[in-house]
Amino acid sequence: MQLTGADIIFECLKREGVDLIFGYPGGAILPAYDAMTNYPEIHHVLVRHEQGAAHAADGYARATGKVGVAMATSGPGATNLVTGIATAMMDSSPMVCITGQVASGAIGSDAFQETDVTGVTLPITKHNYLLTDVDDIAPTIREAFHIARSGRPGPVLIDIAKDAQNAITEFIYPEEEPVLPGYRPAASATEEELEAALALINESERPLILAGHGILMAGAMRNLQQYAERTQTPVALTLLGKGGMPENHVLCLGMMGMHGEAHVNKAIQEADLLIALGMRFDDRVTGNLANYSPNSRKIHVDIDRSELNKNVPVDVAIAGDVGIVIGQFLGAVKHLNHGDWLEQISEWQDDANKRDILHTNFAGKLLAAHVIHDIWNATNGDAVLVTDVGQHQMWAAQYYPHQRPHTLITSGGLGTMGFALPAAIGAKMGVPHENVWAIVGDGGFQMTSFELATAAQENINVNIAIINNGYLGMVRQWQQFFYEERYNATPMHNPDFCKLAEAYGVQSRRVTTREDVAESVKWAESVDGPALIDYVVEKHDIVYPMVPAGADLDNMIRRPYPKR
Amino acid sequence: MKQTLVALVENKPGVLNRVASLFRRRGFNIDSLTVGRTEDDAVSRMTIVMDSSATEAWRVEENLYKLVNVIQVNDLTHKAAVVRDLALIKVAVDKQTRQEVMQLCEIFRAKIIDASTDTVIVEITGTEDKISGLVEVLKPFGILEMVRTGVVAMARRERITNGHPVPTPNGRN
Repeated sequence: MQLTGADIIFECLKREGVDLIFGYPGGAILPAYDAMTNYPEIHHVLVRHEQGAAHAADGYARATGKVGVAMATSGPGATNLVTGIATAMMDSSPMVCITGQVASGAIGSDAFQETDVTGVTLPITKHNYLLTDVDDIAPTIREAFHIARSGRPGPVLIDIAKDAQNAITEFIYPEEEPVLPGYRPAASATEEELEAALALINESERPLILAGHGILMAGAMRNLQQYAERTQTPVALTLLGKGGMPENHVLCLGMMGMHGEAHVNKAIQEADLLIALGMRFDDRVTGNLANYSPNSRKIHVDIDRSELNKNVPVDVAIAGDVGIVIGQFLGAVKHLNHGDWLEQISEWQDDANKRDILHTNFAGKLLAAHVIHDIWNATNGDAVLVTDVGQHQMWAAQYYPHQRPHTLITSGGLGTMGFALPAAIGAKMGVPHENVWAIVGDGGFQMTSFELATAAQENINVNIAIINNGYLGMVRQWQQFFYEERYNATPMHNPDFCKLAEAYGVQSRRVTTREDVAESVKWAESVDGPALIDYVVEKHDIVYPMVPAGADLDNMIRRPYPKR
Repeated sequence: MKQTLVALVENKPGVLNRVASLFRRRGFNIDSLTVGRTEDDAVSRMTIVMDSSATEAWRVEENLYKLVNVIQVNDLTHKAAVVRDLALIKVAVDKQTRQEVMQLCEIFRAKIIDASTDTVIVEITGTEDKISGLVEVLKPFGILEMVRTGVVAMARRERITNGHPVPTPNGRN
């Protein structure tokens, strides 16, 4: 069949199972946008800024486990994708970006809207391509999806010259899996590795599992839980690992790290064996590396070899698919018992519970943690939460426990403000049967608030909770602790978010007292289309507990005990 | 100490850029990097020499594997290997010193490949140490220009393959 390059793009996307594209048209991608009309089975969502397209594709990917697709034109269109691509790269989110490039004859001439997009995105993509020949389009798209979703997933960008989109060729879809001589994702542990790991497991009296994003991406939730139960090993979660194990499970301790639970960090420091599964010892979870879990042996399983022994030297390093490797563990471990250790952790946990903000009476003030807790309650703890970055993100992590995978979508690695709204739009379109909530600060919301127009145009049933404290709260918190309360450039004079919503045709409410939170949640869920709630919360609140940058993990700034 | 890595990469546009970008981004310092063709048209071969710890060399290796176009990486640091660098050195000479330079070249088994009334160009192949030795003794005559290719290396006996079947002398696999 003779087809244009532009048609071939969609023929290939169709075969990859793509039915949704987030994008923004422009000169160099116009042939593709024109061909799109021949493919009504592929729905295009017009965002209001290409960053939104990348975040939406990312949110879609994280909610569904499928590859998200973003499309943009050359030059500024492509460079606007950059923040979204870097976000997906840091959090290993599978995504394919297709950008138009100026005609091949003009490449390198500083033509109108020309940017070296493959050069710009080289360090923030898993792989990228510049195509100038129409015959390369089909095999490259096939390869790009394969790379994006396999191994350690990540974003792949394909930059296609305008003349290649216009050129006509015989369309042959490469059915078989692409052969890439240098691309061999790790799979299972060797016998020696397995034996070494089991020896440590059987010797350990105080083992602890550190479960990360890899658990979710490998679909290893059931294996993880089985392993934890059989060996009576408690599980600590990274931020992106939330949902890897039901948080109401007796062996699930909760989140570790800078704003993790104090008892979880204490357990990490006191453990005699850490079993790190699909996580990468990011600086936000280790604190001071020199004194990180000083008395433990360490087993590290990750699909990306280069993460092994990168930040934390380990005793047994296993490059493998975490689901397969836990399966191998399960085939070999016996029933173990660590009653004393679990009791010790539970004592630390009791102390942490006593300080909990939920047990504190704040005399009529609306606290962000209360808002999140009440949203959790009103949504039966079963919503898909998409957060932005900052204080509200940490409160959402602390006060919205998750029982299922893929129900917390957040920018963990890059910490991208402006992520929540477009990612929530993408997530909701990926899992329309789910109750999707964007939890976003007043600062981050204003970075991509224009995507309200996208939500309104598509009539997307996404619920938006602005945690509005009139500050860039997390920065303000650091200024309070570490910069002698010089609140430079953190107070915000905000627009009236309800009026802003109204201008976009989005229904909204403002909530200022705790009594109204639960009802507002029900209201938002009853609205057909997007709904926005402006929660005006206490301005000077602090996320406790906190490991100051560079401090030991158990040297946390704790919330004081409540006054009686 | 000096670490020597050999990487087989797909012979495609931009691959050198990907490798160089990786070194820059991860802060790996390299002494020399050479790229050239191999027995297989689809494959290029890079020799990377870095002055670093074994741990860092290991990290470079693992990170190289993250690049889709990198097929195979071998650390030759502790393997029996032939390591060669090539240099062209333009030396100032006159009637009196020409003979002396030629004698020194002979000792180092270097070749004089060009001569003019007041210069000679010396070609030398060998280990980095040997070349540096010749450079030292030529310095007093006046080195006008010098270029070194950087190191290429090959393991003895053991074959670094790209995953394709190994051809045997009689043509069968």
